[in-house]
Parts: sequence; structure tokens; C-alpha cells
Amino acid sequence: MTEITTTYREAVRGAIREAMQKDERVFLMGEDVGRYGGCYAVSMGLLEEFGEDRIRDTPLSESAFTGAGIGAAMGGMRPIVEVMTVNFSLLALDQIMNTAATFRHMSGGQFNVPVVIRMATGAGKQLAAQHSHSLEGWFAHIPGIRVVAPATLEDARGMLWTALEDPDPVLIFENALLYNRQGTLAADAGPVDLDRAAVRREGDQVTLVTYGGSLFKALDAAEALAGDGISAEVIDLRTLRPLDDATIIASVRKTRRAVIVDEGWRSGSLAAEISARIMEQAFWELDAPVCRVCSAEVPIPYPKHLEDAAIPQVPGIVQAARATLGK
Amino acid sequence: MTTAERPARAVVSRSHILELLTQMVRIRRFEEKCAELYTQEKIRGFLHLYIGEEAVATGVMQALTPEDAVVATYREHGHAIARGIPMTKIMAEMYGKQEGCSQGRGGSMHIFDADTRFYGGNAIVGGGLPLAIGLALADKMQKRSRVTACFFGEGAAAEGEFHESLNLASLWKLPVLFVCENNLYAMGTALDRSEAETDIHKKAEGYRIASRAVDGMNVVEVEGAAREAVAAIHETAQPHFLECRTYRFRPHSMFDPQLYRTKEEVEAARGHGPIKRLLDWGSETGFIHPSDLEAIEIAVAQEVDAAVAFAEAGTWEPVKDLIRDVVAAPAEAWR
Repeated sequence: MTEITTTYREAVRGAIREAMQKDERVFLMGEDVGRYGGCYAVSMGLLEEFGEDRIRDTPLSESAFTGAGIGAAMGGMRPIVEVMTVNFSLLALDQIMNTAATFRHMSGGQFNVPVVIRMATGAGKQLAAQHSHSLEGWFAHIPGIRVVAPATLEDARGMLWTALEDPDPVLIFENALLYNRQGTLAADAGPVDLDRAAVRREGDQVTLVTYGGSLFKALDAAEALAGDGISAEVIDLRTLRPLDDATIIASVRKTRRAVIVDEGWRSGSLAAEISARIMEQAFWELDAPVCRVCSAEVPIPYPKHLEDAAIPQVPGIVQAARATLGK
Repeated sequence: MTTAERPARAVVSRSHILELLTQMVRIRRFEEKCAELYTQEKIRGFLHLYIGEEAVATGVMQALTPEDAVVATYREHGHAIARGIPMTKIMAEMYGKQEGCSQGRGGSMHIFDADTRFYGGNAIVGGGLPLAIGLALADKMQKRSRVTACFFGEGAAAEGEFHESLNLASLWKLPVLFVCENNLYAMGTALDRSEAETDIHKKAEGYRIASRAVDGMNVVEVEGAAREAVAAIHETAQPHFLECRTYRFRPHSMFDPQLYRTKEEVEAARGHGPIKRLLDWGSETGFIHPSDLEAIEIAVAQEVDAAVAFAEAGTWEPVKDLIRDVVAAPAEAWR
């Protein structure tokens, strides 16, 4: 199989390009997606290829252009709405929550909203408290939408098309630190499922459950643990709503220990939800309390050392995993 | 439908005037029955009556074709009736019965109907405007000659979504007919207590959208303005904005003691209500004959009775279906 060396950014761009080529109903809209090339340069070059109608620059009107994406989806288009970062998505939360997520049920199944909304998330670029938060867990609280977080190149390349084929709203969270991540990808990489979590590393003594930007920290932690003779399994959730309980529980039944790594704040977090599900479904098979490594309960600060201290890091994950083994 | 098939002016004929009168009486009597049913606890939740404002929905709907789309507000019974959704299905929705147009899930504030392209029923003030922008964008991108009529109250002009949406509609040249139903009160807050510029249509001018204010108590004038606006939307490929100046005769909802306005003010407004105005004008001009109203009232009473009977005979959605239609995927996959 031919492989290409690429980046996460290029993989997302390739996914958008392919979707635009395959389906003329697909278009991209958002702030600076056109002439600027995208805040994270994801859509660089697409304007020249597809024109202003389909690579549509918007004013700084998150609510209106997100709502317009919802309306256009209901009108037969397949819009990809890019919200520059999750922090700005709060200005569009009304449209996502009160319109996109409710209409199918509230209309008695008459209307559905096949919109895809992409946004960057996460800390690590010293952008301080209004550009660094991980709020995907909030969105994962909402019935009526699907929430996915591609971490690998395969998922960055493959989740978009599957999301566009979903008859309901799909939110795609791209951790901003991943865009430059380089690796190899099958030349013919294509759509992937949005239903199952993936075991990214097999192990039998402790399960590390994570997603998005934290996946690579968890994999590094697993490597460090292996050096200490501890075998850690790493699960990449991939989809944050609906959660793939089966994969999580199967792993925990095997390892009997779980650490959840989540860049969201601990209180009321996705990590709390996963922990509760493990208690509900595998309590009697646990050898240690479920442990969480989350962000500190603080607006993410600007200085590098404080930002690093605020979000999950490899040593903290290693320490938590060891603690579940009494080490 | 081409522009040529959409007359920019209404054909003023006896039958057409009677049609306008009938629609307004249908809305009025339906809602009076709803108020009665509310006191009997047949209808629950919030109930926002449109009584006094019937000329706006009635007039604007005359200018639309079945291919056009309607986005309405939480005070949308009148729009739903005037758009042609069967009164039976609307009343069943008011009851919360599964025979309702939204299967009973939405109630008074969330009337949806795919058959007539009626996109709700939106209980977030201003929330429907971005949706209308998107529907119109889809039409434009797919080169369909359609209009999206977007109704909202003057209270929505205070929301950011109003301004964002007007700007987008103008910037992208979208076929949207914005219809502001200015009834002077955003719930209990008077217009001059909430807006620095109380001429709402002037705000549209700031976005370079052609706009005008019309007497929203005069159904013939509303219809004429709406027809001209729809024709202009097709001709110019630009949005249009109508501010219909109207008045709500009833409280904001059934829980409103109306401390913010005087009884005299309400009575004065009732003196020139839209049905009375049309009756007076129609009698003067000979379009409406003395016996017409009685005949309409009898027919409407029968229709309302039939709607109530339909709703009463309706059934409750089984609890086992509680989470059906949250997403397309089987509910079991979404625990």
C-alpha cells in the first residue's frame, strides 16, 4: 500500500477538497476561510480551486453564519461551517443548541439538520484564557448532535465525509496543536466510521481513556509506563457523543483499572461521565478507583509554565496510572 | 414559479376580499377557542395569542407560493393557519397529541409543517433569522426561484442575530422577505424603552435593504406591500424588509397582568382592529355584503369545532417513543 507523508492540516484540507469534488451541495463557510486561507491555514488554496460561492468568507457573525449553515442544510445543501475556535462557538451556541439539536425531535421528525460544524479546540499555544479552552465536553452533553474529535491523520482525513453523510448535526473538534503533526497516511485513505472508539495501544494492566490532542500524551505515557514494566492500553474515544461504552468497558474488564485523560475541566466533565459509566457497568471488576487527569480548574493562563501546569501532561498521566497499581 | 405568475398587486375582487376576511376570522376564532381551552387546562404551557395582529400573517401569506418557505415566531398560530396547515393538526398540536403537526412534541410555540414549508415556531427571539438566511442561501446556491418569509417581532431588533442576519442577507443578496411585526411591546417592554431608534425599518436601511413601514392593521395594505416586496426580491435578487405596525389585543401570554399598558390604550387599539377595518372598508366599497360575515362565522365555527373534536379524539404518544427522532440513528445507539 502506497503511503504519503503529510500533516493533520493537509489531511483535513484533503478531506474538504474531496467532499467538495464528490458532492456539489458541499460548501465551506466561516471567518477567513477564503482569501486568508483559514486561521490555521486548513483551507489554504481552496478558494482558488472552488471559487467564492463554495469557499465562503463570512463576517464575524458566529450566530448568523452557523444558523445559516443550519438553514442551508435544511434547504438541501451540505454545509461545512468552520468556527475559528471553540471559544467563539459560544456566540453560536444558541443556534447549535436551540435549533440544530432540537429541530428533528421538536418537529416530530419532519425536519433534520445535516450540517457539519468544525472548530479548533485546546490549549498549548500561549493564547491565554479566551483562546485556549476545551469545551467539547459541553457539546457532548447535548442530545441531538454527534460530537467527534479526530486525533490521528486517518481520522482527520476520514471523519469529514462520514459526518457529511450523517443526516444529523455533527460537530468536529480539531485540537489546534495537532495541525502541524506529521506522519504517514495511506495514499487512498478515505472515510472512516464515527461510531467506535479505537484501541491505539494494547495493554493489560491499566486503561488510559482519552481523545483529541491528549491521545499522543497518553501514548507517550504508555511508553514511559512500559519502561517501568507496566502495560497500559490506550483508548482513543474518537466520538465523544455518543460514547462507545462497549470498547471502554471491554478494555476496563481486561485491565481492571482506568485513567481518563481529558483536557476539559474536571468538574462536570466528559471524564466524569466516562467514570460514571465505568462505575455503572464494571464496578465489580475494578481493582482500583477510576482516576482522572483533567485540566486545572482555572482559566488557561498565558505564561508557558502555567499553561503547561494547567493541562494534562505525560508525567501526570504516568503518575495516575501508577497510582491505580499502588505504585 | 416565475415572476410573471406572481402578480405584484392583489386583484381586488369580492371573492378575494372575502378570502382575506375569512382567514382573519379563522385565526381570531381559533385563538379565542384556544384561550377558552387554556382555562380548561386542555392546552398547557405558554400560549401567546396573535389576536389583533391577524392582518400581518394573512396579508403576507397571500404573496407567497407553496414553494416559498416560512419562518415564524412563538406567536405563530396565525401564520400556521394562514399558510394552510389544517386547523385540526394545529389544534391537536396545541393539545400535545401525536396527531398534531409536530406530533405533539412542540406545542403552541413549535408548529412545524414540511408540507407547507413551515419551519417553526421558534421560541428564541431572533433565533429564526439565521435559519431564514440559510434557507434562502440554499435556494440561491441551487438556483431555485423561491422566497423565504421571515417573521419576527420588534423585540428581535434588539438581538444581535437580527443585525448579523440583515447584514448577511444584504451582503450575499439573499431572497429573504423580512417581516417585522411591530406590536410595540417586547413582552412588557415598550419599544421606546428598549430601542434608541424606534423606526425599525430604518435599521434595515443601515444594511442597504429596501424597507418600508406599513399599516399592519390594514390587511389589504399589508398584502399589497408584501406582493410588491416579493416581486422586487425576484427582480432585484435582494432581500426586502417590511415593518408592519400592529398591536396585540391580548396579554403577552396567559400569565400576563399587563401592568405595562393601560386598558384605555388597548381599547383604543381594538377600535381599529384588522377585522373591523376590513369589514368597514368592505361594506363601504360594496365588496362585503351584510350577510357575508354571518356565513363566514358559521363556517369557521364549524371548522373550529371540528378541530377541537379532532384534538380531543387524538392520542398521546407512547412513552416508549420518548427519545425517538432525537437523531436518525436508532435511539438505542444513543444512550
